[in-house]
Amino acid sequence: MTEGRAVTSTKTGPSRFQRLSGYAVVLLALALVGGLYTAFAAPKSNAADSTSSEQSMAVKAGRELFLQGCSTCHGLNLQGGAGGPSLIGVGESAVIFQVESGRMPLYAGTVQAPRKKAKYSIAEIDQLAAYVGSIGGGPSLPKGALNDGQLQMGGDLFRTNCASCHNFAGAGGALTYGKYAPPLSPSSARVIYTAMQTGPESMPRFTDNQLTPDEKKAITKYVEFITKAPQPGGNDLGRYGPVPEGLVIWLVGIGALVGLTLWIGARA
Amino acid sequence: MSRKKPAEGVAVWIDERLGSSNFVRRSLNKVFPDHWSFMLGEIALYSFIILLLTGTYLTFFFDASMHEVVYNGSYVPLKGVTMSEAYASTLNISFDVRGGLLMRQIHHWAALLFLASIVVHLMRVFFTGAFRKPRELNWVIGTGLLVTGILEGFAGYSLPDDLLSGTGLRIAYGIVESIPVVGTWVGFLLFGGEFPGHVIVGRLYSVHILLIPLAILGLITFHMMMIWYQKHTQFAGPGRTEDNVVGSRFYPVYSAKAGGFFFLVFAVLALLGGLAQINPIWLYGPYNPSQVSAGSQPDWYMGFLDGSTRLMPNWEFRGLGHTIPFNILVPTVILPGILFTLLGMYPWLEARFTKDRGYHNLLDRPRDKPVRTGLGAMALSFYIILLLAGGNDLIASIFTFSVQTITWTLRIGLFVIPPLVYVITKRICLGLQHSDRELLHHGIESGTIRRLPSGEFIEETVGLPVPYQITITGSDPTARPALHGAAHAADGLGDEHAVALPEDHMVVDGQPKPRGFFRDKSAPRPEKGQRPEATAPELESTGQVRRPE
Repeated sequence: MTEGRAVTSTKTGPSRFQRLSGYAVVLLALALVGGLYTAFAAPKSNAADSTSSEQSMAVKAGRELFLQGCSTCHGLNLQGGAGGPSLIGVGESAVIFQVESGRMPLYAGTVQAPRKKAKYSIAEIDQLAAYVGSIGGGPSLPKGALNDGQLQMGGDLFRTNCASCHNFAGAGGALTYGKYAPPLSPSSARVIYTAMQTGPESMPRFTDNQLTPDEKKAITKYVEFITKAPQPGGNDLGRYGPVPEGLVIWLVGIGALVGLTLWIGARA
Repeated sequence: MSRKKPAEGVAVWIDERLGSSNFVRRSLNKVFPDHWSFMLGEIALYSFIILLLTGTYLTFFFDASMHEVVYNGSYVPLKGVTMSEAYASTLNISFDVRGGLLMRQIHHWAALLFLASIVVHLMRVFFTGAFRKPRELNWVIGTGLLVTGILEGFAGYSLPDDLLSGTGLRIAYGIVESIPVVGTWVGFLLFGGEFPGHVIVGRLYSVHILLIPLAILGLITFHMMMIWYQKHTQFAGPGRTEDNVVGSRFYPVYSAKAGGFFFLVFAVLALLGGLAQINPIWLYGPYNPSQVSAGSQPDWYMGFLDGSTRLMPNWEFRGLGHTIPFNILVPTVILPGILFTLLGMYPWLEARFTKDRGYHNLLDRPRDKPVRTGLGAMALSFYIILLLAGGNDLIASIFTFSVQTITWTLRIGLFVIPPLVYVITKRICLGLQHSDRELLHHGIESGTIRRLPSGEFIEETVGLPVPYQITITGSDPTARPALHGAAHAADGLGDEHAVALPEDHMVVDGQPKPRGFFRDKSAPRPEKGQRPEATAPELESTGQVRRPE
């Protein structure tokens, strides 16, 4: 039997059944994938049907904003161009960081995009982010409060990963050839968190494997603490360390006391 | 027979046993010259006293141990964090000890002021030539005070064991290691093994609160005793010669002035300590060798060494089984060695070149010694460039320059600017001398135009008052021709067209210069009586003390 069948097939080529079986396998595989997708993904989209439509609305609105404000440099389909890089796959977080901190839209090509007043409202930024995130995916903000972490762990992680450029108190510092790590005090929690996710400019990118979302939230909480909580001891002199302290002792301390010696000397 | 006051009784009791009244009387009548610049050294003395007082308070609460503990104090962001006892106790001083943070801040500000005032005092002594014979030894002691002060400051900076001080110690370890052949061994000896070890904070604590303060106290004592014995220098002026001292007596005027000035220094430090945050160690966090903060700089007095390291090219010699890191050795060991040696030897160097080996009790005006003043300004500009280089990253980030641009500018500037400063300073000094001579010989422009019978118009000038003449010419009366010139010109025949001063403008030799801070108070006010200024030559040895009438 087996031998005969083999003979037949070799003699007459693939039978009709055999030719059709190929299509059947493809159909079965498609059905399986579709079924699996329905089993895992579809319930979600069913439960959040209104969210989904809001999402598509946001993407649509974001696309309008993008075409008006960003496409000149980044291309009509995010593919990039002479003026700016491709945005495919940069994720929602990159948009939130760049636009909320005012770095985008860029005025002019400088060593490093400077922080400015944001050109878009938070709602518009979220729409833009939804649109850019809808093409190619990429990092996005996690659920829950972004500064919901353990302060002590955040401090230790900040000193290990951030202080070497942004300084111990988040006051910023210089990098090579005019680049710099900016001060962190004007940044919102969203900007601090998305900066870690996306690693803009010279900053390294901290993926969720390097710093878990909980660790990033702890760092965000610590940064908010050191930049916003009142600190004891009087005027902080910009928190640049001993250099402004030296400047103060010469200008204020020695200045005042030399003035006083002049005063005493004139009265003697 | 009048009843004795109780205090007098005590004085007599002590005098009968110690025979001290003669010494006390001589001391109380000691005359100190008045000039504002003579009080700059006092700032250092008073900040040292404040350092001793606040430092003693801090020792009650500081625990100089590198033993690890878990922090459980009131600063929440570090609660539960493992740290050394030194850092934990510094946190306790800052947050849980009553007045601890204020004491810490005053102590730190006083340390910065101590060294800043030493430098200002050094500048005064240098530019006025007060270091010349017979005071060379006191200059060396002063240099010693500067060096010990820097070491003392660095030891204190390293004690809290926070991220900044640990970074400083890491660099200090590197500097020690850069010394050829013995460096590694000396490093092991000091730190008890590899960095960071477990002993360095405890050792630095002994050095900081016992050894160096004792050395500084001893040096200050010698410094003051020599001033007392050799007497203070003074600027040339009416009645002032190389052999006398004109000024106020120690008691009551000078002691009141000095005591009041102590409280002014204390007030400035208390204001700084209360209003300006210094070294917020809680923000730096506990020391961890894997961490470092941007802007980790030493306190200002070490800043010039940080700057020289930042300017030094990355040169290194490797061979014969050794590494000689010139990039660290030259800027942090050889350079300060040369600078402080030159500083200490300056009085002898100057005497060798000027061949001036005489006694000098009268000070120079900086403009009268253009070469010395030029050299001093040159050295200062060199030092300031190094100091700026120590903060190159902050200059870059605050003024948005490139670090590389600043570093290269300062590298070139370090060799170009000091010679330029020398030439410019010297020219300014010569120009000032020229204008002084002009004043001396030509007089002050009065603004009065007179027409001579011949029809010629001349401007009348007023001869310079004698005290100013003495200020300009120093103690040498032969270099003072203006008086004769003025008298000569009074009849209208003199070339200089100077006229004699009206009687009330003529200041008689021996009276003080015009006084006043904001306005001239030299107008005679007879109802106020005598001024406290005494012009008596010091006659202590014979006991004949002339009191001001």
